[in-house]
Formats: sequence, C-alpha cells, structure tokens
Amino acid sequence: MSDISFQDRTGEAGAGDFLALLKPRVMSLVVFTALAGLLVAPVGVHPFVGFTAIIFIALGGGASGALNMWYDADIDRLMRRTASRPIPAGRISEGEALGFGLGLGGISCVMLALAANVFAGLFLAFTIFFYVVVYSMWLKRRTPQNIVIGGAAGAFPPMIGWAVATGGISVESVAMFALIFLWTPPHFWSLALFMRDDYSNAGVPMLTVTHGRKVTRTQILLYTLILAPVAVGTAFTSIGGPLYLTVALVLNALFIRGAWRLWRRDEAAAEAEKYATEKRFFYFSLLYLFGHFAALIAQKAVLTLGFGGW
Amino acid sequence: MAITQLHELHTRRASRNLGLLGVLLAFVVLVFGLTVVKVERGESMEGFDHQPRISLTPKVEGQ
Repeated sequence: MSDISFQDRTGEAGAGDFLALLKPRVMSLVVFTALAGLLVAPVGVHPFVGFTAIIFIALGGGASGALNMWYDADIDRLMRRTASRPIPAGRISEGEALGFGLGLGGISCVMLALAANVFAGLFLAFTIFFYVVVYSMWLKRRTPQNIVIGGAAGAFPPMIGWAVATGGISVESVAMFALIFLWTPPHFWSLALFMRDDYSNAGVPMLTVTHGRKVTRTQILLYTLILAPVAVGTAFTSIGGPLYLTVALVLNALFIRGAWRLWRRDEAAAEAEKYATEKRFFYFSLLYLFGHFAALIAQKAVLTLGFGGW
Repeated sequence: MAITQLHELHTRRASRNLGLLGVLLAFVVLVFGLTVVKVERGESMEGFDHQPRISLTPKVEGQ
C-alpha cells in the first residue's frame, strides 16, 4: 500500500522550521507596535511585567501565523512566494502546525492574562480568532477587500499593549488602531502592484486581479487620503504633541505625494521602469509606520522629561 | 538498542530538542521573575477558597 502523505514528507523538522511557522517578520511589527502602545499609556508598568507581556503578545501573534499557515497550506503550495514555507515544503505536517498554533495561542493568552490583566488576555485571544477565523477562513478567499478587514488583526497589538498598562480601551488606543488599519491597504496593494504574484492560480481574489490595476492605484490614493487626518489628528490626543505632529505632517505629506504619483502612472510607464516608483512607495510605507510609532514613543519620552507637551 | 548510523535527520531532531530545552528554560525564568515582581509589590495573591476569609472581606465602617 502506498502512502502519499508519507512520501510528501522529507523528514524531521528542525527548530528553525517551527520558528518560521511564527512568521518572524510579522512578529517584529507586532512587538514594536505593542511596545509603543504599552509605553505611551498613562499608567506605568513594571519593566519585567511589560517585558513578559510583550513576549506573550508576540507569541500570540506567532500562534495566529502558524494557524494561518495550517489553514492556507493548500494555496501556499500554488504560489512561488510561499511554496518554501515549512508545510508546503513538507518539513512540518499540517497536524503538527495546527497543534503547535493552538497550544501556543492558548499558553500566550493565559500567560498574558496572568502577567498583566484578564482583559488584555481576552483581547489577545480575540485578535488570534480574528486573524485565523475572520480573515484566513472567511474573508481571504471570498472578497478583494480581504486585506482591509484582515488589516484589523495587525492593528490590534498597540491596543493590547495599551490594555496591558491600563486594563481597557480609550480614544488614544483606538487612534493607534486606526493608524495601522488604514495604513495596511496602501502598504499591501503597492506590494501587489509589483509582486505580480500568482494569486489567481491560487484562487485568492486580489484587488489587482479582480478590479484591475487602475482601480488598485485609485484605492491606494483614497486610503492614503483617509489615513492622513487620522494620523495627524492623533497628535491632538493625550499621547500626541508638537514632536509627533511635526513627524506626522512630514510623513503624511510624503505618503500622499507617493500615492498621487502611483495614481497618475499608467501600466506602460510602470512596466518600463520595472515598477521602481511602486517599490519606493512600498518601502516608504514601512518607514511611515515605523516613524509614527517611534515619534509617539519619543513624544512620551520628551513629556516624561518635562517639556514639549501641549 | 543504540543507533549505529547517524543521519542528517538526527541533527535536525537534535536542533528541535535543544530549541524546546531553551524555550522551557526561558519559560521557567519568566514565571519565576513574574512571581518575584508580583510578590515584592505586595499584590493580593489570594482568591476565593470556598470559605470566607477575613483578608478578602470588605472593611466595615466604624471597626
């Protein structure tokens, strides 16, 4: 009797394969934004408790990455970019990834609840649920707006960091959420413009495929325009200040200018220069998000030192 | 029975075991550290334990 699943597997997984299941690059964003949420909160947290909380928020994010790879293993096999992930490559079985993700998710939520507070633990559990069930299972394969809603999952970490310190939600934490939430579509769609991935083979509705590249460019510009007032407006909440306002004004002006340039281009011109402008916009979007959260942390530091507030 | 032939998969298995060792040790350090911090700050560690406890009951005025 032949056993296909046995032949698929090339053998034992190493520790690095399990690390790859956690999506370390996404995790670094989670760590940074959760840390920012925790640091700018008006209530102080003991450094060790804060450190532990960040670790378990990161592990919770990693768990949702592992569960996402478990669910998406079938389409990951079909795309060049994802074919070398541990499950499609046959180094980890789907069952192992499922168990690993569920176990890690459970541990991280319980530990966050014990280390910080129950609300933060529940919030982390909700975030994992949102990413795995709402995004991966319900939306990703159904609607080209998938990454808009899915972006909410990536936008929760600063709110969790804030909840670790305060035990609740407030205008400031919602503003940080909105910043990442509205930033995700232009960030991701600019990547889709130049990656030209084989999403259509995998049956994932990507805006560039379903509505065309012109519509995608318009959507990028629209989201950038909605994002700007939110990002600048955050300066006038209790976590903002002149320093943050300056950084936000500069970064948003540059971001809108970049989106405007993308919108004005036609495909022939973009192809002629091998999508250099799209790539520049994508890399700038990373700097944009990093800059805003770094500015929030710096603003808090300046305020703590006793100057620079409103 | 001892393994007589080492295969490349054994090194991968060893890396996984060492990884797990590191994770478990880190977990012990975290929980121990959390305990020290919480006890030092004198947070209430007591919960309901199926009978009233004087340290957990609310204070009555005038007593």
